[in-house]
Parts: sequence; structure tokens; C-alpha cells
Amino acid sequence: MNIQVVLFSLLAVVAIATGILLVTRRNPVSAAVSLIMHFFALAGLYLTLQAQFIAAVQILVYAGAIMVLVVFVIMLLNLGKEDALQEKFNPRTALAIAMSSALIMQMLLAFLSAPSGFNEIAPSAEKIGSPAEIGNVLFSGYIFPFEAISLLLLAAVMGSIILAKRNIED
Amino acid sequence: MNLTSIPLEYYLALSSIIFVIGAAGVITRRNAIIIFMCIEMMLNAVNLTLVAFSAYLGDSAGQMFVFFVMAVAAAEAAVGLAIVLALFRSRQTVYVDEVNLMKW
Repeated sequence: MNIQVVLFSLLAVVAIATGILLVTRRNPVSAAVSLIMHFFALAGLYLTLQAQFIAAVQILVYAGAIMVLVVFVIMLLNLGKEDALQEKFNPRTALAIAMSSALIMQMLLAFLSAPSGFNEIAPSAEKIGSPAEIGNVLFSGYIFPFEAISLLLLAAVMGSIILAKRNIED
Repeated sequence: MNLTSIPLEYYLALSSIIFVIGAAGVITRRNAIIIFMCIEMMLNAVNLTLVAFSAYLGDSAGQMFVFFVMAVAAAEAAVGLAIVLALFRSRQTVYVDEVNLMKW
């Protein structure tokens, strides 16, 4: 057992456990906190894959910006009292658990029964994951999608302002 | 199996498990905000697959796609939460089964 295997197992267990917590928690705030922990575990997994820049962006954008927005909306709507809400047993839930367990088993069988032959991270991975190389590729080969994304973000910001406004006429 | 490094399939298996957990959450939960968080988790599972392939194949295209997926997820977060806010304002609920105006 070397450090790589230990790290991967630990982060994988944390990611799966916090994912299950997110799906099962009644209280939206504890669900949001477990999702934040999930994002941190995924950032750690990105680091084991030598993707330093993506790991940093993961924490900044997901654990920082998006989750702040989600928690802000939960607080704004005052949704803490979901426990008081009568949760009637739904056959949908049992069906979903059974079918997703079957799907997970099938996927594990498919992935783990046929080795792909990729057992090592490529030697160039460390260079690929660095911010300098990401910037280099982004601004040479992917400049059009980059500009398109900026337009999309502008449209999303304006759209959310209009949607969240109380009276459009004001 | 040698225990000195992790084969690619382990990352793919982990990412598929996370994706299916998120999909099960989208199906079973009724709170729109939790459904929204489950969708974010599914997007993250796909990101993990992309980064894993990028690292094992030595190709930077995967990390570019992750970058764009993150930008789209941020835009989706802003618009989705604004829709939840507007929904709460007009119906005083965020439970998706109480919003059935367009249900056939």
C-alpha cells in the first residue's frame, strides 16, 4: 500500500459518503454542507490526477461561489423547517434505491472486469495540469469557446436579475 | 493488480457511483434546491471522468472541457436559483410535486 492508493481510497470513501448524505438529509442546510465536503474531496481527487489548476478552480468556483449562492437562497427562503413536513413513504424511493444499486453494480462490473491497460498517469500529466499550460491551450486552441462562455455568463447574469426581480415594470 | 498505482477504471467506477447517487437524488427528492445540488454533483462526476481521461491519456482537451463545464455550471446555478426564488415568490413552495400547473 503506497500513499497514492491510500489517498485515493480515502477521498473516494469521503466523496461517496458525502454524496449519500446529500441525497438523504432532510435539512437543506446539512445537505449543502455535505455537498461542500464532497467538492473538497473531488478537489483532492483532481490533485491525485495532477490537475492542480482544476483542483483550485473547483474549490474557488464550486465550494466558494456556487455553494455560497445555494446557502444564501436556502437562508433567504427560510427552509429549515422541512422536518415538520410530513414525509409520506413513497414507493418511488424504494424503486429508485433498487434501480440505482443495480445500475451501480452493472457499471462496476463493466469497468472492473475489462482492464483498459491504462495503469499509470501519463508522464506529461504534471505539465498539462499546470496553470501556465492550461492558459496556453485555452488562449490558443479554445479561444472561440472561451469568448462564447463569456457571452453565456453575461446572459445568465442578466436573466437571473430579471427572474429574481419582484416587479419587472419597476 | 499491482498496488503501486491506480488504474484508470477505478476513477471511472468512482465517477459512475457518484453520478448514479446524484441521479437517484434527482428522482427521489422533492425539494427543488436539493434536486439542484444533486445536478451539480452529477456534473462533478462527469468532470472527474474528464480529468481522469485527460491525465491518463496525456491530453489537455479533457481539462479544457472541465473548465467550460464549470463555467456553464456557474451560469446554471445563477439562473436555477433565480427560478427557485421566483417560484417561491409566486407559489410559497419549493417542493416540485406541489408545482403541477403544467402537469398533464
